This record gives sequence, structure tokens and C-alpha cells, in this order.
Amino acid sequence: MSDFFSLLAEEFPQVRSGLWVTLQATVLGALMAGVLAFALGLMAGSRLLLARGVSRVVVEFFRGTSLYIQLFWLYYAMPLLTGYELDPVVCGVVAFGLNYGAYGAEVVRGAINSVPRAQYEAAIALNLSPARRLWKVILPQAWVQMIPSFTNLLIQLLKCTPLLWLISAADLMTVVQTLRDRTGETLTAYLTLLAAYFVLAYALTMLMNLLERSAKRRLGLDTGAKSLFKSRSASTATVGGTR
Amino acid sequence: MNDGFDWDAVRESLPLLLEGFKVTLLATVLGTLVAAVLGLAVAVAGRAPSRLVTVPVRAVTEFVRSTPLLVQLVGAAALFNTVEPLYIGIAVLGIHYAAYTSEVYRAGIDGVPKGQWEACRALSLSPRRTWQAVILPQAVRNVLPALGNYAISMFKETPFLAVITVQEMVFEARKYGADHFAYTEVFTLAGLIFLVASYPTSLLMRKLEKRLGH
Repeated sequence: MSDFFSLLAEEFPQVRSGLWVTLQATVLGALMAGVLAFALGLMAGSRLLLARGVSRVVVEFFRGTSLYIQLFWLYYAMPLLTGYELDPVVCGVVAFGLNYGAYGAEVVRGAINSVPRAQYEAAIALNLSPARRLWKVILPQAWVQMIPSFTNLLIQLLKCTPLLWLISAADLMTVVQTLRDRTGETLTAYLTLLAAYFVLAYALTMLMNLLERSAKRRLGLDTGAKSLFKSRSASTATVGGTR
Repeated sequence: MNDGFDWDAVRESLPLLLEGFKVTLLATVLGTLVAAVLGLAVAVAGRAPSRLVTVPVRAVTEFVRSTPLLVQLVGAAALFNTVEPLYIGIAVLGIHYAAYTSEVYRAGIDGVPKGQWEACRALSLSPRRTWQAVILPQAVRNVLPALGNYAISMFKETPFLAVITVQEMVFEARKYGADHFAYTEVFTLAGLIFLVASYPTSLLMRKLEKRLGH
């Protein structure tokens, strides 16, 4: 067994805590992004010009100014400007949440728009209140449309978590890099790290497939068990403009 | 610690950032070029008649697409530490995005009606002529907006290159920020430059999408 793997086994607790930081940032960042995506996406469909305008400006701002800059701004610039310092992982969660929330808002908006007009009209004809219309008729149908794009965004968010290394949070990348420095086995170390991210990405994709399957079932569309293992589709990556 | 916003720092750092911005643009343009060409090659290879070709091609694309760009960059820079970082950056950006563009091309190729393939066979065109004269011109036209969108995302991911010491805009921003302890000014400025450059381009892409009837 090579030095790298024996060291990896030896330092397993450290690797596990790095993995934990990566997962934490991914899951919390995704949750924040999800909440923001729905808030901004629903605002974009509002009748109020102000709500639409605010949503548009926020979305374009966070999509347009690179994630990298947003993260650095939160970590380096904000303490200078406000005197308030955030924990690196919190910085990561906020930056990932804001950036991917903005991308997600476009997905939510697009999916809601893709629900056939007749569904709205039928809900109005049945005298459903606006909240029930949204919750019982529009969202269940739009949700099925959103999931594939959300899966893509989630994997992209996971792929951005190594940025935490740059703001000195001890994530998976940081830990594996210290092991690399101690053994000097560059190729093995980075291939292992890539493989680890690949496994994480595939696991998250399968979880999202599970979610998609249950969402489709609620609409009476049953998909076979095979659908759980399908990989992400790229065609959905273009839904809602730039990815 | 400086209070508030120091406009002198803005004035002083702007030329440096713009100098770095040239490198950012260069990396984006060349990276997009690599991604566009390599992605097409991968997409065509993915339709090869033998599974011996298609299965490994799929597997590699899936792997590249599902793993972080930053790890790929840092790994490549550590392995090929004698090569100029900018070249490594362009190559890795290009290869990473080729994994995405190949899927876009694939969708574009799938979108060409079956009758076109049959017509080529009826006219007994060689496979080369079939691709060059009939299939690709139609497929590429359909995927142009999607390719443009990937170019914009690549542009916003060029700051990763600073990590492997390519002297692009964010590298300059960090350097100036560290030397003068003026992070607020330089990162705000860099963010605005990204916004000013990427927003009009994405509007342009949306227009193109509409014109091509998507």
C-alpha cells in the first residue's frame, strides 16, 4: 500500500471532519439557496412592479458578480467595512446560498411559467384562493420541472465547496492537500480527492432522482426504479439562461 | 483598519485590475475555443459505432463534469509544475467546459431530423461529408446560445486561475488588497467589472436565443 493511503487511514478522523465541513457547506448552502430561489422566483411572477424589480436586480447582481468575488468580499472585505467577522464556513454557506439562490430563482420562475395557462384558469374557476391555487395546483406541477435543474445547481454548488480551502476552512480539499504535502504523492492525492467528489456528486444525484420520482408520483406519473440511477442531463442546464 | 470606502485606493488599483482583466479575457476566449473544439470532438466520438469508444468517452466526460474545477486546476498545476500556469489554466478550463459543451452538441446533433441522415445515405455521401456538410451546420446553429452561456459561466470562473498564480484580475485584486489592506475597494471593483462585462453579454445571448427561435 502506498504511503498516501496508509496516511489516509491513519489520519481518518481528520479526513472525516473535512468531509463533514464539505457536506455541511453543501447542504446548508443548498438549503439557503433553495429558500432564496423560491422567494425570488415567486417575486418575479408577482403583480407588483416593485417586487418584480427587486427580484430582477438581486438575481442579476448575484449571477453577474462571480461567486469567487462574493466569497472573498464576505471573508476579507466585510470585516473591514463593518467590523463584523463571519466564520469561514458561514461565509461559504452565505456566498453559496446567495449565488445559487439567484440561479435557482430563474429555474423557479421558468418552471412556474411553464405550467399551462389553463391550469390557472381552472383553479380560478374552482374558486381556489391564490394561496391554495399556488400550493395545490401550480407548485406540484412546477416542482417536477424544477428538480432536474436543481440537481445540476446542487452538483455545481458541491463543486464550488473546495473554495473553502482558500478562506482557511478545513474542508475535504484542505485535509487531503495536507496529506499530499506530507507524502509528496501528488497524482494519487488529487485523483483520490477527485474520486471522492465524484462519489459525493453521484450520491446527491441519486437522492435528487428519488425526490423527482416521488414528485412525479404525486402527479400520477410513475417512473421505473431505473430512473434513480440516471445521471444528470445537460439539456436542463440551459433552462433559465446562463447556468 | 480603514473606515468606509477609500476612493484613492479605487483610483490607484483600477489600472492594475484592468491590466489583469486582459489576462482574464484572454483565458476566457482561449478556454472557450478549446471547449468548443474539444466538446465537438467528444460529441462526435460519443456517436461512434463501437461501444469500445462510446463507453469510455461517456465515463470520462461524466467524471470531469462531476468533479470540482478547482481540484482539477490545482492538481494539474502541481503535476505539470514546469508549464506556464496560464497555459495550464486555459487547458483545464477548456477540458472542464468541454465536458459540458459536448453534451450541448450532443443534444444539438440529436435535434437534427432523422430524415437528414437518411437523405445523406440516399445520396451516398461519405461519413465525413455527412457530418461536415449536413449534420454539423444544422446542429451547431442550434447550440450557439447554449455555448455562449457556457462562455459566460467560464468567464465568471476565471478567478480560480488566481489560485495557480495566473496574474488575472482577481490575482491583482488580492495582491493590491494585501499590500494596502484595501480589500473592500478592490473586491467591490472587481465584482462590478464582472457584472459590467457579463450582464450585457448575457442579454445579448438571450436575444440570440429568441432570434434563433428557442
